[in-house]
Amino acid sequence: MSSKIRILVPVKRVIDAALKPRINKTNTGVESKGVKFSMNPFCDIAVEEAVKIKEAHKEAVESIHAVSIGPSKAQDILRTALAKGVDTSTLVDVGEQEIEPLQVSKLLKKVVEQKDSNLVILGKQAIDDDSNQTGQMLAGLLGWPQATNASKVVVEGDFVTVTREVDGGAETIRAKLPLIITTDLRLNEPKFVTLPKMMKAKKKPLEIVKPDAYGVTIEERLEILKVEEPPARSAGVKVSSVDELVSKLQELKAL
Amino acid sequence: MLGINGKRLAVVALRRLNSTLAFIETSGSTITPASFATLTAAKQIGNPITALVVGSKAAEAATSLKQVSALSKILVTADGRFDHLLPEDLSALVVDIVQKDSDITHVLTPASAVGKNFLPRVGALLDLQPISDITKVESKDTFVRPIYAGNALATVKSKDKVILVSIRGSSFAPVELSDAQEVEVVSVKAPEAGNKAEFVSEELITSERPDLGSAARVVSGGRGLKSKEQFAELIEPLASSLNAAIGASRAAVDSGFCDNSLQVGQTGKVVAPELYVAVGISGAIQHLAGMKDSKTIVAINKDEEAPIFSVADVGLVGDLFEVVPELTKKIEDSK
Repeated sequence: MSSKIRILVPVKRVIDAALKPRINKTNTGVESKGVKFSMNPFCDIAVEEAVKIKEAHKEAVESIHAVSIGPSKAQDILRTALAKGVDTSTLVDVGEQEIEPLQVSKLLKKVVEQKDSNLVILGKQAIDDDSNQTGQMLAGLLGWPQATNASKVVVEGDFVTVTREVDGGAETIRAKLPLIITTDLRLNEPKFVTLPKMMKAKKKPLEIVKPDAYGVTIEERLEILKVEEPPARSAGVKVSSVDELVSKLQELKAL
Repeated sequence: MLGINGKRLAVVALRRLNSTLAFIETSGSTITPASFATLTAAKQIGNPITALVVGSKAAEAATSLKQVSALSKILVTADGRFDHLLPEDLSALVVDIVQKDSDITHVLTPASAVGKNFLPRVGALLDLQPISDITKVESKDTFVRPIYAGNALATVKSKDKVILVSIRGSSFAPVELSDAQEVEVVSVKAPEAGNKAEFVSEELITSERPDLGSAARVVSGGRGLKSKEQFAELIEPLASSLNAAIGASRAAVDSGFCDNSLQVGQTGKVVAPELYVAVGISGAIQHLAGMKDSKTIVAINKDEEAPIFSVADVGLVGDLFEVVPELTKKIEDSK
């Protein structure tokens, strides 16, 4: 007999993917005041996949719990996740502090234990720090198998088959629950949230806790010495014909 | 006897040096270009370098590694269990090596799909915070890495006892090869990994073209190509005329014009060829993140406001369906 599946979906609030971030004046980070924030696109895909799995396996999936580790404002993205079909949620309020993947995964491990989750679906990377680490680290801390960069997930009883995007093509692996999955862009297309669903989501559980409640002390391992603009490219030229294009490239020794 | 003891003492003293463990990714017995770039980064850190190769053809790969002059040791785990480079096995092996050799202060891997998969797991198991996808070595503990899709560069200093780093291959030249050197080759047995996923199958795209990640020239197509057929009809001959690899924007991949593994950008491959030709690509920040360090960028687009023109060295505003065949012919003719 297969056991019940309890899915955990960690989500991160990040500067909206369509915006070009501005470096702050002190060169210590990126300007966040007056900037639009959204759910990290890969996390959105993770939520969508969890909901799809629950819809396809109504009997097998007991619950979907979303968790965010971030500022109080991250409640917004948890509400979005709830509106998309997540059942319950937790915000681990760490204030405005940016915390590193190692600390995030230590906190997530506590949440996994508390919620007795056996399938964790995360985005493959957050589009702000671009680390691509948290899922793998959580798998390491829990001693679970990991299936990263998933482009297809098939659940059959206690076993999950995952097709992964790798360099040069795709790879399929199979693992028994519990399992960590991280999502690639091609896994699915997240649906938009309708207003009635958003209204309903306001009644769903959203618990707020502090990191000390999990006995995790947040310590920084990496010190950010500075954040700078990448070197600007020098202005290019526009040409009006293919001949000009070819001669310009020859001049640049690119051909 | 005294002589032998004296020698042993010298060896002990030497062993107190810091050292770097570099994971060398192979495809069969061939070492990937990103691994040679990783060895360049390892040289810049400055410690003696121990290379690690795994898989059933590891011994052959180790032989070609002897052409790298900077290596002090090559560890070989010639075990078929590693042929698919599963992260559970790889992390258990690397953790075991680091725990047994207290000299290791740095662990490096290419920031490839494999490297990104296993290195963070090593971090969790050893309570270390890895540094992903570095583009520059500032010093032994300080590195530069792009964040926000390459819109900012962060200089970070690690406080960890063992520093775990993945290397962006396009940011470091491959290490120079010389005649084969005398390098100590040590066989390493891998520990059991326990809970792990099992490999089922793989579907790799085989191509005669240069590898996208390391090609000197790349021709990329975007949504402007309109269909899979037109993508093939226009992009492939142009790429052939330039002996270039083919790339694509996310829009082209999502529209099914070409395979996922050709995607260039924040979420795909990061390339920095000598020449990058962007055809029918608008230049969203996520795409620019994957190619804006190319030496020369050419953009062909009918929309003169397209953001791609802000990074292009040479831009041609025009209908790609006319321009690309003409360009292909002129390049062929000039040969």
